[in-house]
Amino acid sequence: MKMCLVVDDSRVVRKVARRILEGLDFDIAEAGDGLEALAVCRATMPDAVLLDWTMPVMDGLEFLRRLRQEPGGDAPVVVFCTSENEPDRIAEALGAGADEYIMKPFDGDIIEAKFAQAGLL
Amino acid sequence: MKPEDLEFVAALARTRAGLMIGGERAYFVESSLASLARREGAVSAEALIADLRAAPEGPLARAVVEALATPETSFFRDRALFERLGAEVLPALAAARPDGRVRVWSAGCSTGQEAYSLAMAADGATARSPGLRLDILATDLSSRALEKAQSGAYSQFEVQRGLPIRLLLRHFQKSGDNWTADPQLRQAVRWGRLNLMNDFAKLGRFDLILCRNVLSYLEAAPRQGLLHRLAAALAPDGWLVLGAGEAAGLPEAFEPARGGAGLYRRNPTYGRAAA
Repeated sequence: MKMCLVVDDSRVVRKVARRILEGLDFDIAEAGDGLEALAVCRATMPDAVLLDWTMPVMDGLEFLRRLRQEPGGDAPVVVFCTSENEPDRIAEALGAGADEYIMKPFDGDIIEAKFAQAGLL
Repeated sequence: MKPEDLEFVAALARTRAGLMIGGERAYFVESSLASLARREGAVSAEALIADLRAAPEGPLARAVVEALATPETSFFRDRALFERLGAEVLPALAAARPDGRVRVWSAGCSTGQEAYSLAMAADGATARSPGLRLDILATDLSSRALEKAQSGAYSQFEVQRGLPIRLLLRHFQKSGDNWTADPQLRQAVRWGRLNLMNDFAKLGRFDLILCRNVLSYLEAAPRQGLLHRLAAALAPDGWLVLGAGEAAGLPEAFEPARGGAGLYRRNPTYGRAAA
């Protein structure tokens, strides 16, 4: 079973995402900010990361840049999932190594489509 | 909705557009007509049908049939199909044409996502197939769907169903809450209103026709008639694409391609004796 790390400072969003991704046969780990997420990755590198942008302690973009410098950190498929929806910001995220990008609000269809495009399904 | 109202509307959709609307689609009819009633300023779907009965030949009849003939669509619907079109079918057709010009028809294009997906797929295929030029015609019965298609404006929700983020950034501009296809993408498609029940021989010959999720809503007789006319509109080495799970019930004209995905090859000898 593939593992997906869900990173979002909202517990409600994590819960919704978890339910959708479990339906797509993922094992789920959760983190509430980028620093927590890095700790999870250092213990077990996930196959996929669903990543919020704006979070306390360490934001999603900073997490992504650090993740890509970790040993094995280029492997996870990273899908941003954020309310940032300006083209410049999206391009910035892709430039930092994101594979796909979801603009909130999302639903199960969008997550499934984006994960399929990113080669995860 | 009263059974006699449903029957009346179903008969209209059958005569005008060959549509098959059984009792199991009563909910679909009711919700489509309720939103049409709101747009037309009628108090309810029932009131709308009363107006329709009073003037069954009027413009309202056309609006009702159009509302019932607009299926849901999305960008790159059936991703594997578009990958195959871009990697294999379009380059092969371009190589077989002296000027690399390939004529494509999105028949029943609804709100346009399929036609734009084709244009983007062709754009992505030009690295492999530099001579490829796509002429895309997209037609639909619904002028309302066409208006949206032509505007190229889609909601954030719509652009996230099937459109990879890099293609969104490359081909669309953000305008308020919507994303709008850039002029180059919009100019890649010609649009027209067409009832597939009518003769379309004047459109000429196509190398590739996409007619997806249309046949399954048609009665048997109009379905067969449409398949014959589609075969006649295809070049001998042309391809037909149906919706996933739709079958071309005309084996003498269409042979399913390996790998499925609703892709059919036209039989090059079909119709030759008759011609």
